[in-house]
Amino acid sequence: MDAVNEIEVRNLNLWYTDNHALRDINLDIKKNKITALIGPSGCGKSTFLRCINRMNDLIDGVRVEGEILLNGNNVYDKNVDVVGLRKKIGQVFQKPNPFPMTIYDNIAYGPRIHGVSSGEIDDLVEESLKAAALWGEVSDRLKIPALELSGGQQQRLCIARALAVKPEVILFDEPCSALDPISTHKIEDLLQELKKQYTIVIVTHNMQQAARVSDYTGFFLLGEMIEYNRTRILFENPQKKETEDYITGRFG
Amino acid sequence: MISSKTTNKIMKGVFWISASLIIIILFLILGYVFSEGITALDYSFITEMPKDNWREGGIYPAIIGTLILVAVALLFAVPLGVLTGVYLVEFRREDKLTQCIRVSVDSLNAVPSIVFGLFGLSLFFYYLRDLTGGPTILSGGLTLGFMILPTIIRTSEVALRSVPLSEKLGSYALGATKLQTISRIIIPSSIPGIITGVILGFGRAAGETAPIIFMVVLNPVLPGFPYLFSQCNALTTQIYYLTSEAVSIERAFGMAFVLISIILISNYFARLINKYMARNIKR
Amino acid sequence: MNNQKKEEIVKHTLFIFSTTASLLLILIIVFLFNEAGRLFTEISILDFLLGTEWNPGKGLYGAFPFMFFSLIVTAGALLIAIPLGVSCAIFLAEIAPSWARDITRPVIELLAGIPSIIYGLFGLVIIVRFVKITLELATGETLLVGSIILAIMILPIIISISQDSIESVPGSFKKGSLAMGATEWQTLRKIIIPAALPGIFAGVILGVGRAIGETMAVVLVLGNSENLPHLVKQLLGEQAAGNVIQIINQIPEIMLKPGEALTSAILLEMGPAEVGGIHYSALFAMGVLLFIITFILSVSSNIILSKSQINLK
Repeated sequence: MDAVNEIEVRNLNLWYTDNHALRDINLDIKKNKITALIGPSGCGKSTFLRCINRMNDLIDGVRVEGEILLNGNNVYDKNVDVVGLRKKIGQVFQKPNPFPMTIYDNIAYGPRIHGVSSGEIDDLVEESLKAAALWGEVSDRLKIPALELSGGQQQRLCIARALAVKPEVILFDEPCSALDPISTHKIEDLLQELKKQYTIVIVTHNMQQAARVSDYTGFFLLGEMIEYNRTRILFENPQKKETEDYITGRFG
Repeated sequence: MISSKTTNKIMKGVFWISASLIIIILFLILGYVFSEGITALDYSFITEMPKDNWREGGIYPAIIGTLILVAVALLFAVPLGVLTGVYLVEFRREDKLTQCIRVSVDSLNAVPSIVFGLFGLSLFFYYLRDLTGGPTILSGGLTLGFMILPTIIRTSEVALRSVPLSEKLGSYALGATKLQTISRIIIPSSIPGIITGVILGFGRAAGETAPIIFMVVLNPVLPGFPYLFSQCNALTTQIYYLTSEAVSIERAFGMAFVLISIILISNYFARLINKYMARNIKR
Repeated sequence: MNNQKKEEIVKHTLFIFSTTASLLLILIIVFLFNEAGRLFTEISILDFLLGTEWNPGKGLYGAFPFMFFSLIVTAGALLIAIPLGVSCAIFLAEIAPSWARDITRPVIELLAGIPSIIYGLFGLVIIVRFVKITLELATGETLLVGSIILAIMILPIIISISQDSIESVPGSFKKGSLAMGATEWQTLRKIIIPAALPGIFAGVILGVGRAIGETMAVVLVLGNSENLPHLVKQLLGEQAAGNVIQIINQIPEIMLKPGEALTSAILLEMGPAEVGGIHYSALFAMGVLLFIITFILSVSSNIILSKSQINLK
């Protein structure tokens, strides 16, 4: 495996109170690549995703052991600034969740809370919307409520919103599951553009999507990572029986 | 033996009639107050000082007194109520303490208004007289503020709770702190609901009589700046005085007209604001 | 770190604010009991609760007549408000087409928003006169009018809570019954109303609290005579259990006589009472009584409501 590791996961375990939800996860996420996490629902792939930007901290009764190293620094270190971490690791959610404000204010929200001066925000908004392939559709109506956009547009707005705080990594949690095929296609194209600048981790229940967009794929089952490899190898020549069963559709 | 179909029809008729009866009652009350009140009403009734012990002239001091009392009540109850709501919704899991606060709020809401009057009398008149000056706007306004606090807490809580989790998570994922998320996402989103609560509190405070009856004076008085330690009149207590002492029922209806109009207009504005803001932040 | 510290500070500050409601409740209790306490250095609690004579000039502080009148007026109000309120709630929850609901709902909100002094004014000028003329009474200021006005005032709370609990009955119950060929009324009577009964009961209890604590409307229409009806006094004097039944038999007649509620007494006598005196303290004792009654009613209604929600889930 040639590329540089952006994130290294070492012996990660997670409990929801008594339920051991993630078991000994080890994984290297490559810089400027797309890593897909697949598996049946409830396998822990989304839970794992939320470990990376520590969104699990917001859920009661979650306990994490092990390490996640972002460029060599453990994100679970005691003195890590969670706010700074989430600025570096953006997230796009399953359902588009724009704030009930204008398009402009949605994008400007992140930069504003991180103290970017208002003079720079105009440019940042334009830049982010362009990068999310939404600029052409909304450039003349930045002041309308974001919730008047279509679902696919809203999801690209959420991507633009994540880009505006200049992250290094972007986590996508089933970003297309609430979208129509055309919007899905647009987002998949967008991912290919984004990986030139960002490291991307995407959780998806759609195996075809994983096969289409990702460079590496990890297969999760019952809280364990069964197999992790280059996408093509994992889909064409799986090493484990469980993986083969899943991708050939024998369960799931 | 009446068939079950006939019974069904009869009972449905009963339900329709009972609902109609309630509508009729409301229109009877409002219609009567308006038709009686309007005869007393003209421009000078609202803008002038009363003459001859409220028998002649206007009711200006009562209107001003009520508005200032309510303003003091809201200044006390709204910040406290909203902050309590924020604490209950955003900073506290359900536990014994939140239950305790909730029981207090419900019980406080059930305390009869005359009991608030007694409490205010004892506290502000008897024990804190040196601080409040006895029957002043401060005493009356705070007593009303105590009364409407539960209303403000409850409506704020409901409004804050209705902000979707996905919006909060979206904010946290961008690296916002809890305080930023509260002040920039959660509170702005709940403002229409909070305003509804404030207007409800406004109407309730403006319409109360018993809690302030020991706190206001009957002689016409125009409170002077900075208001807090001035004496004042109120619409409700004047209506009571004019009616119970049989001074002038006609003028009591005139005041009732003004009071109901203030409450109805504020309710109307609440709806308007709510609609306007809800459109801007519709989900 | 800095953020966490700020958050902690805000959290603790908000905690202090949020205790205001509890603090206020405690203060109310302390002040009321403190002021009321002085009365019981002079007379016993039993004399206060059961004494039938209220005459501050002679040092007699029997609050029984006021309690009696408050109770009777409230009972009368329930007799009117429960059938009317519950059927209106059923109408709104199950029967009404949406246009009728759109008309009725704001009407109920408006009824709840009308100040009590205006109910009193309306009651005094319209209902008191109406009752006097149609029933050919010496005075129309009677317990009956008090009950009518209180009934109107507690309708909104009974309707809204009953409607909520009727609507929270799962739709599957209703469908199941209708599918078996039951009529809507049969479904209501056999399935929906029984399931919603705890909630309806809770609404009624809250209504009772409102009615007992209501002051301004009551003071204007009751006529404010603290004399117990002669017959009641006589019957109370003799100690036979059967007398209770005789009193109940007298109630229709009593309803057409004036009375004075606990709340009215406090309002009317606070002016003349000397601050800090025994009379003043006796009025606070009535306040304590009102507070205890409404507190118990509110707590029990909340318990019923939370239990019924759990059961329906």
